[in-house]
Amino acid sequence: MIDNWPILSIVTFLPLAGVLFLLLIKGDEKALAQNSRYVAMWVSGFTFLVSLPLLIGFDSSVAGYQFEEKAVWLAGTGIGYHMGIDGISMPFVLLSTLLTPLSILASWRAITHRVREYMIAFLVLETMMVGMFVSLDMLMFYLFFEAVLIPMFLIIGIWGGARRVYAAFKFFLYTLLGSVLMLVCMLAMYIDAGTTDIPALTAHQFAETMQTWLFLGFLASFAVKVPMWPVHTWLPDAHVEAPTAGSMILAGVLLKMGGYGFLRFSLPMFPLASEYFAPLIFTLSIIAVIYTSLVALAQSDMKKMIAYSSVAHMGFVTIGIFTMTEQGIAGAMFQMISHGLVSAALFFSVGVVYDRLHTREISAYGGVAAVMPRYAVFFMFMMLASVGLPGTSGFVGEMLVLVGAWHASSWVAFFTATGLVLGATYMLWLYRRVMFGAIVNDEVKAMEPMQMREFSIFLPLTFLVLLFGVYPMALLDVMAVSIQFVLDGLSASGLPLMAAN
Amino acid sequence: MIFDLADILPALPEMILATLALVLVLVAAYGGEGAKNARRVTRIALGGIVLALMLIWSGTAADETAFGGMFMADSFASYMKILVLLGTFGALYMSITPLAKDDINKPEFALLVVLALVGMMLMISANDLMSLYMAVELQSLPLYVVAAMRTNSLRSSEAGLKYFLLGALSSGMLLYGASLVYGFAGTTSFSGIAAAVSVDQLPVAFIVGMVFMVSGIAFKISAAPFHMWTPDVYEGSPSPVTALFAIAPKVAAMALMMRLTYGAFGAIEAEWSQVLIALSIASMAVGALGAIMQRDIKRMMAYSSIAHMGYALAGLAAGSHQGALGVMIYMTGYIFMGAGSFAIILLMRRDGQSATRIADLQGLSRTHPMLALGLMIMMFSMAGIPPLAGFFGKWYVFLAAVNAGLVPLAVVGVVMSVIGAFYYLRIIKIMYFEETDEPLDTDMPTANKMVLGVSIAVILLFFIGLSPLLEAANLAATALMTQL
Repeated sequence: MIDNWPILSIVTFLPLAGVLFLLLIKGDEKALAQNSRYVAMWVSGFTFLVSLPLLIGFDSSVAGYQFEEKAVWLAGTGIGYHMGIDGISMPFVLLSTLLTPLSILASWRAITHRVREYMIAFLVLETMMVGMFVSLDMLMFYLFFEAVLIPMFLIIGIWGGARRVYAAFKFFLYTLLGSVLMLVCMLAMYIDAGTTDIPALTAHQFAETMQTWLFLGFLASFAVKVPMWPVHTWLPDAHVEAPTAGSMILAGVLLKMGGYGFLRFSLPMFPLASEYFAPLIFTLSIIAVIYTSLVALAQSDMKKMIAYSSVAHMGFVTIGIFTMTEQGIAGAMFQMISHGLVSAALFFSVGVVYDRLHTREISAYGGVAAVMPRYAVFFMFMMLASVGLPGTSGFVGEMLVLVGAWHASSWVAFFTATGLVLGATYMLWLYRRVMFGAIVNDEVKAMEPMQMREFSIFLPLTFLVLLFGVYPMALLDVMAVSIQFVLDGLSASGLPLMAAN
Repeated sequence: MIFDLADILPALPEMILATLALVLVLVAAYGGEGAKNARRVTRIALGGIVLALMLIWSGTAADETAFGGMFMADSFASYMKILVLLGTFGALYMSITPLAKDDINKPEFALLVVLALVGMMLMISANDLMSLYMAVELQSLPLYVVAAMRTNSLRSSEAGLKYFLLGALSSGMLLYGASLVYGFAGTTSFSGIAAAVSVDQLPVAFIVGMVFMVSGIAFKISAAPFHMWTPDVYEGSPSPVTALFAIAPKVAAMALMMRLTYGAFGAIEAEWSQVLIALSIASMAVGALGAIMQRDIKRMMAYSSIAHMGYALAGLAAGSHQGALGVMIYMTGYIFMGAGSFAIILLMRRDGQSATRIADLQGLSRTHPMLALGLMIMMFSMAGIPPLAGFFGKWYVFLAAVNAGLVPLAVVGVVMSVIGAFYYLRIIKIMYFEETDEPLDTDMPTANKMVLGVSIAVILLFFIGLSPLLEAANLAATALMTQL
């Protein structure tokens, strides 16, 4: 019976039911705030539970879409309501439904004004994120993809730091400019193929010159989202100004929208153009990896440093995708999931100490490990996962990307590996300056130890990072067939594949 | 001329409203001065509008002409008339609030609006140069008067005068163009003109006439570079009047533009398409860039409407069935965005005085959370952010433009929409990211609540109703393309 349930629609729109509920509750400000927190927590937690059948019922031996739902929306125009997941989108759906309750928990004490509005924004954001990953209709995808901007704009702008207005505007306008160019391409694709159904578009052959333009249009949007150098400059601002939970979602899920877009649209639909532009992507990504790592080294603000490290890590992702090899794409996927978990945990780590000291300046800290030993362990673990220590998920992703990159070009692999070294440098240095050394700041001494709430956010993230590090097949198995399907599509289009299949 | 039933029936809604206007003259004259009578007149007018709406809604889908082909009642006319009636109803409904202590609380106001409404409906149905010009004038003259309705305000008088002078100029252009077209075609009926232009060699004078006519109508929809009057008139007129200007006449003039280009000049699409592309790009640019500098929200809305007309014209410039459909979808979203925004702008008062600077919205999210939420939805929709109504309008007009090979126009359009997003976001920023010590008044009349509520619902749930809407627009576009 449960097979016939529209689980994807339920997972997508359940948070909106929570929004309606939040709009209805009344009470004085304090009770309202507390109730809003609980409602949001329960709704998003329940959404996570409802999304679990997607994992349990997922058949990883099938290449096509599963849990498909189709309904008539705009009859006779080739635009319909179509949802479904495959091995590429399923991990992202679960990542979104997992990170949302964790971020709500992370903002439990940090957000004290306009709590109800805040929770509404987060639940709307969850609907948009999940909807984007499960959409199998291009117009629906675009609706969700763009609508994400609305709650995120408000989260940064209302609950952000000192320069929040600037950051919110920059985030919104940058992303919008990329997206509208993609929109024009989508119109052209719709006209050419007569449908916006994603599987049908994947099967459709676009003319070669058209592919070139379409690829560039989509690149404009996805490059901003990923973000790739040189259109990454919105990210450090947005991260620094966003509240902790906003950064967690931004780094954890929203950045993955670009990578997901490459895998869902660019590679399968414009294979010839992807091949043609791969060197460009490699160049931009390598610059991103090395340049932003160097920039990260120079930061004095913890959040900004982690934000730049995100750009570098996402550089690995784009390199992996455009190697167009099995290892490279699997590595990119793995890296995205891993980065989703690790960067969310790292931003939360910054949030933990920020809640206590209200500064993100690295120099204000030092010797925190002595005061908060348990916190120090978690932070260290996540920091090492970010660096790519074997045994953590970060290692698997980076290693696979490097293997894929080696197939593409040894130079690409060489420069990518350089980024790894630099990454280790700034992260370890950050950790030493914050955690070790003598306590110079008296306020650090007075910091209270980690709470149960904070512990319970770290725990699931740590568990998953460790699980995927020790047993990567748990994730690789799920994705393998779908990735092979993408590669088959590429080779069917006549591309000499670099993969050593 | 002998009237028979076959003539009267297609034009029944207009007849009823015209008769109603005459009755209202009596009510206004003998019902006494003052606000009470003004409300009475307005209520009767609203009743008449509802009646007309119901008649059109339940009307037959068959295409009919009346009065010797001068009046066209097809499903395109019905679609556009419903929009115009809804928009006028919203604006008029909000004008009777007890808050409106402006001098527009006079019985004449509703009466003039009904007359203008008849003009607008005739514009939509115009199928002949004569009825076209008559309708345009019938629409314009009452509106000149209501713009200057606040007699003790210099700004209002200025607005009225400016509107009148530039409107008269545009009417002159329209008339001059019409005379050239008539001179060549030898007939004033659209079908006759359409037949006459289907020849290979057209004299230059005819093209000049066509351009003059298009320019004249471009004045009415305030497309750049014929937009100069818009910001001043919007700002100077009493707010309920501005609300009306922003919604209904634009739809009517756009319908007239479609009727003229697709119908009478259908065969020379290549000629007018260039003009529309130029108008479209200019309007999008002027609207987007001009609005950034504005401090008054009514002026900002003026530039915003210029930009919206630019987007709609991009669909029209495609010259296809799809383009007509896109414009109709766009205008549908447009009237609700306009009505919803003005429902809030009308409430912007401090100590009973209207306060329409953008800065007056500061901290609105704290003092009036529901209003702020409403205005935010309107702004995001106007910026074209999905899944709101404004996005679907843009999707369909740019779809038509891309399909007609006008990709550069579409690219310019979407880039301008990003620039435009900046000033819509600025409103949201002022409401949500800033605090204030001087809150606006909290009175919230039912009329504004209703209009705002309906507009929010339509804009949020536009995607649900899109399917039947597309069907209706599709039918209307077909009627427009095959009217002859």
